[in-house]
Amino acid sequence: MHNKTIAELAQGLKKGDFSSEELTKSYLERINQYDTELNSFITVSEDHALTQARAADEIIAKGNAGTLTGIPFAQKDIFCTNGIKTTCGSKMLDNFIAPYDATVVHNFNQAGSVMLGKTNMDEFAMGSSNETSFYGGVKNPWNTQTVPGGSSGGSAAAVAARLAPASTGTDTGGSIRQPAALCGLTGLKPTYGRVSRYGMIAFASSLDQAGTFTQTAEDSALMLNVMSGLDEKDSTSVDKEVPDYTANLNQDLKGLKIGLPKEYFDEGLNADVAKVVEEAIAEYKKLGAEIVDISLPNSHLSVPAYYVIAPAECSSNLSRFDGVRFGYRCDEPKDLEDLYKRSRGEGFGDEVKRRIMIGTYALSAGYYDAYYLKAQKIRRLISDDFVAAFEKVDVIMGPTSPEVAFKAGEKSNDPVSMYLSDIYTIATNLAGLPGMSVPCGFSNNMPVGLQIIGNYFDESRLLNVAHQYQQTTDWHSQMPEAFK
Amino acid sequence: MEWETVIGLEIHTQLATKSKIFSGAATAYGAEPNTQACAVDLGLPGVLPVLNKEVISMGVKFGLALDAEIGMTSAFDRKNYFYPDSPKGYQTTQMDFPIVGKGSLTIDLEDGTKKVIGVTRAHLEEDAGKSLHEDFHGMTGIDLNRAGTPLLEIVSEPDMCSAKEAVAYMRKMHSLVRYIGISDGNMQEGSFRCDANVSVRPKGQKEFGTRTELKNINSFRFVERAINIEIERQIDLIEAGGKVVQETRLYDSDKNETRSMRSKEEANDYRYFPCPDLLPIKISEKFVEQVRATLPELPDAKKQRFVDSFGLKEDDAATITSNRDMAEYFETVMEKCGDAKLATNWVIGELSGYLNKEDMDITASPVTAEMLALLLTRIKDNTISGKIAKQVFEAMWKGEGKDADAVIESKGLKQITDTGAIEAIVDEIIAANPEQVEQFKAGKEKVLGFFVGQCMKASKGKANPGQLNQLIRDKLK
Repeated sequence: MHNKTIAELAQGLKKGDFSSEELTKSYLERINQYDTELNSFITVSEDHALTQARAADEIIAKGNAGTLTGIPFAQKDIFCTNGIKTTCGSKMLDNFIAPYDATVVHNFNQAGSVMLGKTNMDEFAMGSSNETSFYGGVKNPWNTQTVPGGSSGGSAAAVAARLAPASTGTDTGGSIRQPAALCGLTGLKPTYGRVSRYGMIAFASSLDQAGTFTQTAEDSALMLNVMSGLDEKDSTSVDKEVPDYTANLNQDLKGLKIGLPKEYFDEGLNADVAKVVEEAIAEYKKLGAEIVDISLPNSHLSVPAYYVIAPAECSSNLSRFDGVRFGYRCDEPKDLEDLYKRSRGEGFGDEVKRRIMIGTYALSAGYYDAYYLKAQKIRRLISDDFVAAFEKVDVIMGPTSPEVAFKAGEKSNDPVSMYLSDIYTIATNLAGLPGMSVPCGFSNNMPVGLQIIGNYFDESRLLNVAHQYQQTTDWHSQMPEAFK
Repeated sequence: MEWETVIGLEIHTQLATKSKIFSGAATAYGAEPNTQACAVDLGLPGVLPVLNKEVISMGVKFGLALDAEIGMTSAFDRKNYFYPDSPKGYQTTQMDFPIVGKGSLTIDLEDGTKKVIGVTRAHLEEDAGKSLHEDFHGMTGIDLNRAGTPLLEIVSEPDMCSAKEAVAYMRKMHSLVRYIGISDGNMQEGSFRCDANVSVRPKGQKEFGTRTELKNINSFRFVERAINIEIERQIDLIEAGGKVVQETRLYDSDKNETRSMRSKEEANDYRYFPCPDLLPIKISEKFVEQVRATLPELPDAKKQRFVDSFGLKEDDAATITSNRDMAEYFETVMEKCGDAKLATNWVIGELSGYLNKEDMDITASPVTAEMLALLLTRIKDNTISGKIAKQVFEAMWKGEGKDADAVIESKGLKQITDTGAIEAIVDEIIAANPEQVEQFKAGKEKVLGFFVGQCMKASKGKANPGQLNQLIRDKLK
């Protein structure tokens, strides 16, 4: 049962092969069995899940089920859940129970989905290995010596080990696509504004976007159907009709123009990974696609621009964690300043502090123009590169990550090398474009991800392009031996 | 040495919206602490601001009233600083693209001349909560009811050169925001408060002196006092060989002194940057015209019209039009009774007296404009005298009788115009006072007043004074 996709499970529920309660119990059992080792969940909401499952079974019995009714999934612990702890991977929020649901959470509730629990993540989504979590690192099910990627590492590991058929994530600089690549999953980051950010704890507001981890592109489409849409509570969500994202999945790819940016195949890319990605592109040629060499000339500026803009926004976004109204408060503060300094000093981990300091510096008087403003100008140039490219091609492809999953501890003391894990994904966030990572093979027995970048609000095409590939390959349906 | 003063004001006026600038929580004053603060106002994790569009209309309305530039594209920025009553650790405000750009306000000076004060800009922002230092045993309580209340910050040019000018500007601005209905202007509740930037320089010098900023003054009287005491302090300091330090100072109204809050060195680096949660606001010409159509007649125009078409004196017109409700009250009285002089005297005199005594707003007056108009009509048509009218007014104020006619009727105050009845009274008084009759006949004109008084008394004030006068004169001849 656990190796089925959402689409298959929905069929099973509909036909009465099993109930949502049985399905939910089977996943809860798997979590119980495997997650002590993996550490992919921060909170397992067993009672809540079973209540939702029983409610879903009633809806199914009445014949009113939607596709996701009764389908279990895991929620990244960055989405606020009414009555269930939301930590964002931080000591700062170890005691925080939100009195409201994030819009994404609300949408899944409305769809009748079953939330199994809240997944582990880098603290405040800042990291590329899940090692900055207050709740400890997460193991990659393909090799437990390695990291699952980050920041949505728990969401990726949980689906890779089939502790959940699907999960949500957020992607600020690659936090869905990179762990999806490292864990052999289909990861989708929609266009900025497609999915509401309300109730999703902000890291960098102009870059954050919610998305999904699934086994297949078809499942991504089913999830996106539920998550997307204008939300009056989020002024940056976009008033654009939500199509049925499954509608175009079966279109053939004849004449599809795929752009390969030369900058994504540079010396920083692991040769083995490059080979796997090139094979995937060859497969697309067989499917009738046309390959176009393109250039995104400002790509090399994306990491530096990102590491000014994201920290600048985070330095402000994280000011509300001050020990005054909620979250961690230091013991016996002697005055206000002591309360601030110790609550924040003790409540935040090193990576979060590092980014707050970088951001504070970048915004400070006398440096604003040289850093923040300059970075914003670069951001525009990077967007312009994409706009120009999409005049020539339908999608852009390349590697998701320069290498496969690395060993835990390998980069945790070298922030710059860690930041470079996201070198191919960051530009997409700066431009606000949708992107996917699709499993496309293995290197050293570890999964490799193919990144597909689409034009604004062109998720339907992205999903179609990924789905067609998944019809002729089976990389996406493989799972780690130890968790079968 | 002779000194001159340079003053600029930053006025914070709360906008009279029902809900907050970025959340749906109510803005009403005086609720139990933290009962009007929702998740957005509390700055809980994950929440996002949604702009209350009404503040845009109000901002534009203000800009149009000042004939200022309107920010067709305006945007919100974050001003970052830590303080317990600032729940997000930043204030959402407008830095680079305010809703209102350059404009001006003309004030009337005491010598009868006018002065144009430049307005640099006006921008929208959110108010902070309140820190409560009493009743918490050495701790501080935080009330976030006020957090997120919309504010319009109106920044003037440094165009004022005395405390009196500053007060005149502040009063005029106060009148204006109430006129156009964007603020209740309630200063006790903090709906209208100001920071004053004050500096002095030797007379004739071009460069500005070093300024200090006096924070959060919430009455006209305190603004005048605070500025004057600060001017004095700066001059004393410089003349004693010292230097003014750029700093923020607090006015202590109990001690009537200003004292330092923080120096420039201690000042926060606010690290302004565009708020990524809010999109820039683009407004159309059409929207501006729609707002313009809602603008009432402004105080200066109204005043001029009252002078031109009703023949009011300048200062009376200024008094009446300084408050829109009073102006409207006056105009109703005026239209219905048709006598500008009578209407002016009663509105500024009797009515204002009663209102002031009871510290009541004109809109709450138990004597409505219609009631006063009828009363004045009864003076004009000789039903009652001015003196009796005051009795009738008092009765109406106390709620006795639905209008002047009812009071006159029930109290029997109708003026006696029947010549026969008056004649009888006059005859009686003349007969009873032969001595005074002799005096009058001997040429002592003053005695006439005695007879009028006696007759009036005998008629209980109901005799028509003109008629009475004539009759006595005729009889005594």
